[in-house]
Amino acid sequence: MLPFTLDLLPLVLLGAVLGLDVVSFPQAMISRPIVAATLAGAFAGSPAAGLVVGVALECLALETLPFGASRYPEWGSASVVGGLIGTRGADGALLPDPGAWVIGVMAAIATAWVGGWSMVQHRKLIARWARPRLEELAAGSMRTVVSLQVYGLTADLLRGGGLTLLGLTVAWPISTWAIASWRLGALETRGVLILGAAAVAASAVWKVLHGYSVTRRLFVAGLAVGTMLVGFRG
Amino acid sequence: MAPTPSLPTGMKAAPLPVATRASMLLRCLAIQGSWNYEILNGNGIGFCVEPALRHLPGGVGGDAYREALARQCAYFNAHPYLASLAVGALARAELERTPPDRIVRFRTALCGPLGSLGDRLVWAAWLPACSLVALLLFGLGLGPVGVAVGFLVLYNTGHLALRAWGLGSGWLHGLRLASALGAAWLQRGPQYIARGAALVAGIALPFAANRAIGGGASIEPVPLAVMALTPCLAFLLVRLHGKVEGWQLLFGLLAILVFYSTVLH
Repeated sequence: MLPFTLDLLPLVLLGAVLGLDVVSFPQAMISRPIVAATLAGAFAGSPAAGLVVGVALECLALETLPFGASRYPEWGSASVVGGLIGTRGADGALLPDPGAWVIGVMAAIATAWVGGWSMVQHRKLIARWARPRLEELAAGSMRTVVSLQVYGLTADLLRGGGLTLLGLTVAWPISTWAIASWRLGALETRGVLILGAAAVAASAVWKVLHGYSVTRRLFVAGLAVGTMLVGFRG
Repeated sequence: MAPTPSLPTGMKAAPLPVATRASMLLRCLAIQGSWNYEILNGNGIGFCVEPALRHLPGGVGGDAYREALARQCAYFNAHPYLASLAVGALARAELERTPPDRIVRFRTALCGPLGSLGDRLVWAAWLPACSLVALLLFGLGLGPVGVAVGFLVLYNTGHLALRAWGLGSGWLHGLRLASALGAAWLQRGPQYIARGAALVAGIALPFAANRAIGGGASIEPVPLAVMALTPCLAFLLVRLHGKVEGWQLLFGLLAILVFYSTVLH
């Protein structure tokens, strides 16, 4: 069963705060998956497994940069959902349970996608609230300026919390079923997941950094050095 | 409201008190708090400039204050970090009682450059670079605290420095902000950061992948398969750029994996 009431409250609050960090305040990137999923994992008693879930999600987040008014996945609240689901059954271990990890990543992707939609709705909501107050703004009312700001921040906090609650409510029973029925070996499962995440990250680096000379050559050179070093270490 | 007369030519605004500057910097962290499709970041700019406007003749609620706040709350858009440059420059312009039409023109002209420069410097260079450094720290074996704190300290050193520099530099240059925007580090920064990030990415990905798989010998079948197939899948994703996002493809791949492992296997 989903850990309701007191267990759930801090997680929803965490999701709310991290959702707020994405755009509204303070954009310190505590909402990046590598931090957010680790925090969620720590809440569940498995920070190391949370970090591993966060690493997979961070690879995906590299592809979706938060450019201006565009719609992009919201990884803050989503990583709390992914981190919590992904560390189920880890019990303090260094690596997540394979089935939980897969469902955790899927839950985070789905929540991030819904989160992107919810951010657009949030912006529309503030616009709806601002429209009848444009005259007050044009008259230089400090009260209106501050109230719009506070309203926007509060609505975003609630959006993040609601999104986290929704994500956990939907993903929790699915993860319970998936963990119990998972048959594929741990190494094979992790292999598929890492293959996908690493490929997304590599393609993101290729696409994002292509605008500058030499970057692609540096990336390939680094890849060769990294692969060799890992090979030697192995 | 009657237009407020400007200061005589050459009159400089008095330096802002430390508390006012601190308040403006703190407010800059919430500059996007009311971002919306009506006036975009306009209200946020007004919110951040407001502590400085209290020093206008007549104080809070005075004609000068209200006129200036109204101007600053109009439509505006820029990168959130570099918007602090606009906040500093606009605060100075208002306190120096620059003619309103000049302020409005200046404000409008700032949107484009601050947006594109900030996007290139922060979203397309600094953020991915810090993210890749965090992946490298993970790959090198650091624990949850080391990776998370390492990322946050590195990222926010740049983030907060940029906001603080922006506010100070905006105030210093006022309407002559072009010289600050032309700084070599600002123009060439994205290029250098991107090059460093590309190199770090190359080294980080094999290390991070190896540790996430379990850290075993890389000559075993699964790690070898991952090593061989990752570039192929990445190449496919680059080719599909604009048609499908990587995270969407991965979601589909994982859905098939769940079906296989729970139903078929």
